[in-house]
Amino acid sequence: MRALFLRDLALAIRAGGGFGLGLAFFLLVAVLMPLGVGPDQGVLGRIAPGVLWVGALLACLLSLDRLFALDVEDGSLDLLATAPLPLEGVVAAKALAHWVVTGLPLVLAAPVLGLELNLAPGGYAWLVVSLLVGTPALSVIGAFGTALTVGLKRGGLLMSLLVLPMYVPTLIFGAEVVRRGAAGLEFGGALVFLAAITLGALALLPFAAAAAIRVNLR
Amino acid sequence: MSIWEYANPKKFMETSARLLPWVTGFAMVSLLGGLFWGFFLTPDDFRQGSTVKIIYLHVPAAIMGTSAWFMMLVTSLIWLIRRHHVSALAAKAAAPVGLTFTLIGLVTGAIWGQPMWGTWWAWDPRLTAFLILGLFYLGYIALWAAVDDPDTAADLTSVLCIVGSVFAFLSRYAILFWNQGLHQGASLSLDAEENVSDVYAWPLWTCIAGFLLLFVTLVLLRTRTEIRARRMAALLSRERMAG
Amino acid sequence: MIPDLGKYAGAVLGAYGASILLLVLLVAVSLWQAARIKRALAGVEARAKAGAATEATDA
Repeated sequence: MRALFLRDLALAIRAGGGFGLGLAFFLLVAVLMPLGVGPDQGVLGRIAPGVLWVGALLACLLSLDRLFALDVEDGSLDLLATAPLPLEGVVAAKALAHWVVTGLPLVLAAPVLGLELNLAPGGYAWLVVSLLVGTPALSVIGAFGTALTVGLKRGGLLMSLLVLPMYVPTLIFGAEVVRRGAAGLEFGGALVFLAAITLGALALLPFAAAAAIRVNLR
Repeated sequence: MSIWEYANPKKFMETSARLLPWVTGFAMVSLLGGLFWGFFLTPDDFRQGSTVKIIYLHVPAAIMGTSAWFMMLVTSLIWLIRRHHVSALAAKAAAPVGLTFTLIGLVTGAIWGQPMWGTWWAWDPRLTAFLILGLFYLGYIALWAAVDDPDTAADLTSVLCIVGSVFAFLSRYAILFWNQGLHQGASLSLDAEENVSDVYAWPLWTCIAGFLLLFVTLVLLRTRTEIRARRMAALLSRERMAG
Repeated sequence: MIPDLGKYAGAVLGAYGASILLLVLLVAVSLWQAARIKRALAGVEARAKAGAATEATDA
């Protein structure tokens, strides 16, 4: 499982697409938003938590279709499916690698973009914490969505349609943590819910995703 | 005699053929009767004026919009556990019906909200949750349409339906957390203190029965269509093999 | 015939109109698909039966 995780990491780094693309997209969203909304600092500060969370969500979505696609093309997914490692483990390892390649850079870049969007000073810590807690769920849910569409020629658009509604709870709680944190309100409840969704998704979705891959490889 | 006998497509076709005219008849009577009763024979509300009449469409459509998803969840589970094809096809047949009901719930809600709340759309918990339910329906239907092999499609959509149910449920509560909203509470629950008065409740129950029966009618009809389509595909592939 | 709907006539009629339109569309599409598949299946079944009959006479 660790070997697979390291292999996926190495592939993503060598190809260069994973790191750069998602991050660049996140940056672009944060730059385009003030251009569209107008430079009013007050307005930007109010919408910053939501914009950053939606940007992270879309950046994550953008890189999902490569999660299994390359392995399907060169046939290594068939090998992985027959390997002694259970398919659930394969999914978990690949989702984890995806998170390290796309989710983690987003978490690290978010405070800088928060600065740009005039996020209230109290919000930075909670922006990082909420993204750190929430983005693993995005990767696992995405892995499930990709597993459903892995057998299709042009599954990308369909995959977004399947995955985005499932991102709703994470988005709501994540942005709520930042908003309340920035406003100095109580946010413990939202953070606990966010963590609960991530843990639940990590525990259960690899099984659903593995089931979907088995069906698709049949 | 067990319920599983209806999992046999032939048996299902025979029974549903006998059942269908009756269900259709009852659906027409209760739906048209309930809507007529509500539209022509009930008084205006002292606060809402005549817009109260929209309740006869809005509430039944909303109830059936969620119930349809629940029915799809049950039939998906039956397919995954017992591999009865009729069950999977019934789930497929129900999805567009559920989506239409959800859409009716949203549209009538928007039209009612415009004069009452002063806005077509508010990011209110119930409205938002319903919109998201609509998105789940869309994704489910799109996945059925995208996968060629029927058994693969049935498996994948069933898994999606189960996982989607969990997330739809989570969204519902996440949204409550996010915004308290304008929407009134339940208007028909048996223990609530503030219910709609009887003048409105009886035609409303009739309309709910009408929507339910309409749902059953359409699901039976559409499941029959799906079974025929499946049989035709089987015959055609046999023909191709022979030829 | 139509009851006095007051100033909300547009909203009420609009809601009924839109809902009935959607329901009629759904029913029409369902019926149309049912009829189309039924006809197509009848054709295929007839051909399959005819094919089976010729095979039987050939043998």
